[in-house]
Amino acid sequence: MELQFFGIGILTWIVFIPIAGMIIVLLLPDKNRNAIRWTAVIATGIQVILAGVIFAVFDRTKLGINDAESFQFIEKFSWITVEAVPWVGRIEISYFLGIDGLSVLMIILTSLISFIGVISSWSIDKMVKGYYALYLLLVTGMMGVFVALDFFLFFIFWEIMLLPMYFLIGLWGGPRREYAAIKFFLYTFVGGILMLLTMLALYFSVAYTDPATGQSVHTFNILHMMNPANYVDGGLLSGVDTTWRYVAWMALFINFAIKIPLFPFHTWLPDAHVEAPTPISVILAGVLLKLGTYGLLRINFPIFPDGTIYFMYFMAILGMISIIYGAFCAMAQDDFKKLIAYSSISHMGIVVLGIAALNTQGMVGGVLQMFNHGIITAVLFLAVGVLYDRTHKRGLNDFGGIANQMPKYTGLAMIGMFAALGLPGLNGFVSELFSFLGAFEAYKWITIISVTGIIITAGYILWTIQRVFLGKTPEKLNNLTDLTPRELLMFIPLIVLIIFLGIYPSPAIELMNSSLSYLVEVVTNGGF
Amino acid sequence: MVEHTLHSIGQYLPEIVILATLCVIIVADLFIKSERHTTGWIMLAGLLLAGYFTILQSGRSESVFYDMVAVDPFAVFFKSVLILAGLFVVFFSMKSLELENYKSRIGEYYMLLAGMMLGMLMMVGSTNLLLMFLALEITSISSYVLVGFTKKSLRSSESSMKYIIYGAVSSGVMLYGISLLVGVTSATDIYAINKALVAGVDQTLILNIAVLMIIVGLGFKIAIVPFHFWAPDVYEGAPITIAALLAVASKIAAFGMMIRFFSVTFIDSAGFSAAGVWSAIDGIHWDILLGGMAALAMIVGNLTALRQDNIKRMLAYSSIAHAGYILMGLVILTSEGLTAILIYLFIYLFMNLGAFYVAMLFMNKAGTESIEEYKGLGFRAPLAGVALTIFLVSLTGLPPTGGLVAKLYIFGAAISAGWIWLVVIAGITTVISLFYYIRVVRNMFFFKPEDDAPELTFDLTSKLILFALLIPTLLLGIYFAPLLEFAKSSMSMIGF
Repeated sequence: MELQFFGIGILTWIVFIPIAGMIIVLLLPDKNRNAIRWTAVIATGIQVILAGVIFAVFDRTKLGINDAESFQFIEKFSWITVEAVPWVGRIEISYFLGIDGLSVLMIILTSLISFIGVISSWSIDKMVKGYYALYLLLVTGMMGVFVALDFFLFFIFWEIMLLPMYFLIGLWGGPRREYAAIKFFLYTFVGGILMLLTMLALYFSVAYTDPATGQSVHTFNILHMMNPANYVDGGLLSGVDTTWRYVAWMALFINFAIKIPLFPFHTWLPDAHVEAPTPISVILAGVLLKLGTYGLLRINFPIFPDGTIYFMYFMAILGMISIIYGAFCAMAQDDFKKLIAYSSISHMGIVVLGIAALNTQGMVGGVLQMFNHGIITAVLFLAVGVLYDRTHKRGLNDFGGIANQMPKYTGLAMIGMFAALGLPGLNGFVSELFSFLGAFEAYKWITIISVTGIIITAGYILWTIQRVFLGKTPEKLNNLTDLTPRELLMFIPLIVLIIFLGIYPSPAIELMNSSLSYLVEVVTNGGF
Repeated sequence: MVEHTLHSIGQYLPEIVILATLCVIIVADLFIKSERHTTGWIMLAGLLLAGYFTILQSGRSESVFYDMVAVDPFAVFFKSVLILAGLFVVFFSMKSLELENYKSRIGEYYMLLAGMMLGMLMMVGSTNLLLMFLALEITSISSYVLVGFTKKSLRSSESSMKYIIYGAVSSGVMLYGISLLVGVTSATDIYAINKALVAGVDQTLILNIAVLMIIVGLGFKIAIVPFHFWAPDVYEGAPITIAALLAVASKIAAFGMMIRFFSVTFIDSAGFSAAGVWSAIDGIHWDILLGGMAALAMIVGNLTALRQDNIKRMLAYSSIAHAGYILMGLVILTSEGLTAILIYLFIYLFMNLGAFYVAMLFMNKAGTESIEEYKGLGFRAPLAGVALTIFLVSLTGLPPTGGLVAKLYIFGAAISAGWIWLVVIAGITTVISLFYYIRVVRNMFFFKPEDDAPELTFDLTSKLILFALLIPTLLLGIYFAPLLEFAKSSMSMIGF
């Protein structure tokens, strides 16, 4: 399927609209803050509309994953092609975009969270121009990763996010922002280098025969890398179940695990979250973490089905540890943001456990959990941001009785918290249920232990609600104003989604069901 | 015979033009004292003319002056890159405040610069050991003087002295090595040496010692570990324009000479694929030796750079590390690896010159070379700050900059040749390098300038020079197909 506006495909639009916005922002004068803000609103708003169009016309039956024909909205142009020379063969890097059931939900999530992030950025009034320019660049990077089907392109989008994120945390963050920013940068850069090396190893191991000329062409095309027939004889990563393939799987896994973040690679996350300004925390938890699990599903699983099966227990165990450990850590926190950061680790553990099950239920649960967690943590971070704007405090023990002061706010924030807790009727429940169901089929004991994480989660969430919203209000906090219309605007779409998907998740599941079933099939059949 | 000589002279125009420029500068310096930039403009014109003649040579492939000099795409590539670097350095020199104090002697400066350019152009074309050594010495001796050009500065004189002593010793060692090699093979031009080696020589031990000694001399020039000790001191003491020239141009020239020397002399082109690339000289595992040097350079360079406060010293260590990355391509010694070197050098030219240039601008306006004192500079000079950020990010190897493409190809070549351990070291050290590059960025942007600190403004030409370096650095990260083609077509070398 193709969809074009002015001769340019919809995916290019959705990826590069923020860049256009960035250029306009850079050209606007410093003083004109509102024009800068509105430019960002319009750029991300267009993205939301385009995501809506994609949602409407997306063909739910097509499979995607490793079959180029059934990807949708494909755009493919040769970017770098260097003709054959005896020793290298032809080199090909292409501008190759396309989406399938795996990525479509992530695109909707990214556009929505980016838009809400812009609205929530309204309260930032330090170096507004630089802020929005970097913000929009970051959005392009995130969106690009979800649509890229060429490994080199994927890598570029992946790495392009680092610098804006570094500055956004480092310049607009809290007191220890410098430390948090460099920690984030170094952690993710380590992963990036691992990915670079693996990408190159894959590149030299994969060559397809160009049907037009009969030449053997080395390529960064991810789909070609999934086909075992394309591996050259004697390539480093050729064969099945070789040590090098396991090493490569592990290198990629570490890269993605840092981003997820999975225990024991998670230590950057609490620092980054605590120091980042609210909108950036929202982006970080809402979208960036999903890049990790998305990468696993897009790259690790179909390119290295052998490695995936070999390491599936390993993944499940790390998922389990993240669930339990994250929940316990969350319980121990006094800082509201740190609490949500650790709860993110716990909830992303559920995603990993679900997808490691390698069955459709677990996979669907995992991907849905990615989406739901994005929505829920966004609400939670926005909730912290609202309180912080008013009181400049984040300590859980600094608050109390907010429910009396800010009834609207309390209502919305509590819905978010209950969704995080996994209350039936809200979206978190559905995806956690699916993930655990799938995982239970594959790993009985691991799942049983993991489910106890839910109890701990209930513990810390209820305790938080009690400490913040209920009880007596401290003297100092007697004059809090309730949500402004702008703040309501950023909460309401997310809350609506939380409730809607809790009651009726089918629209989301339909989007990805066929693709994910096919992915399971691909992995279990070893790539065919 | 006369015909051949005349023909050869016609093929030697770039070098001759630079030589003529050198003479014109000497004469002009005698007569024109008032206008400061006159000699600079003459130098510029000479470089442009030499560049023009170099471009005319593209596509040719012949050996002139009785196998003394090769005019092939490989030489043309290096000459163009060197002339480009020379042009930038002349522009830098015109903007340098440091050189302003030596107005009356500036003619000497450009004369020596021309001498150095001449030597470097000769280095990349020579195919005879004697001429190679001569070219190397022309370059070295000019640069010894240039390093000490700001003679009122003690640091400058000290570094010049250090450079001479190190340089003289390693040149001596290299010359000894050359004499041994000539003795063993009884030939001075590299094609004949190659023939002799392929036919087989008896004195393997002496041959190995000779090659080791030559590596010492070349290793000094590219500042590879363990022959790097001069670099930080010299870069710190030298005028920043000359530091940039040493870090970029002289390194490029030395790599050009090294690649030609190794690949023509030691590769048995007949048994190329069968017996491995280093088959002509057995004894020492040359690839492991060079690989070890590359690994050491990456480790030592990057780790030591972490603790530097002077930006020139930091860039010196960083350029040692980069020499390590580049040397990886030579370790492999396949066309793939060598092409990757060419790509790397071309991109390295822009990003490293850019970093030196912004450091110079900051030195001019803010009067500091200390990274600690860069605090708040990003707000006082946003354009230069952002530009330096991009250059440093490129040196790290992050997209969308040329630095990524450079690393991509060199890492790729090493992976495809199976040098996994070397690539892993390169990867780890790249992560380390992020830390010191980003420290500069952090200091520039994460601290507020003092309230009374004035904004730094630069004139239009300074900005234009900046953009001339910035745009290629960014563009090469996004669209690098032409560079790839250029590098690949430049890999044809006579005798390879």
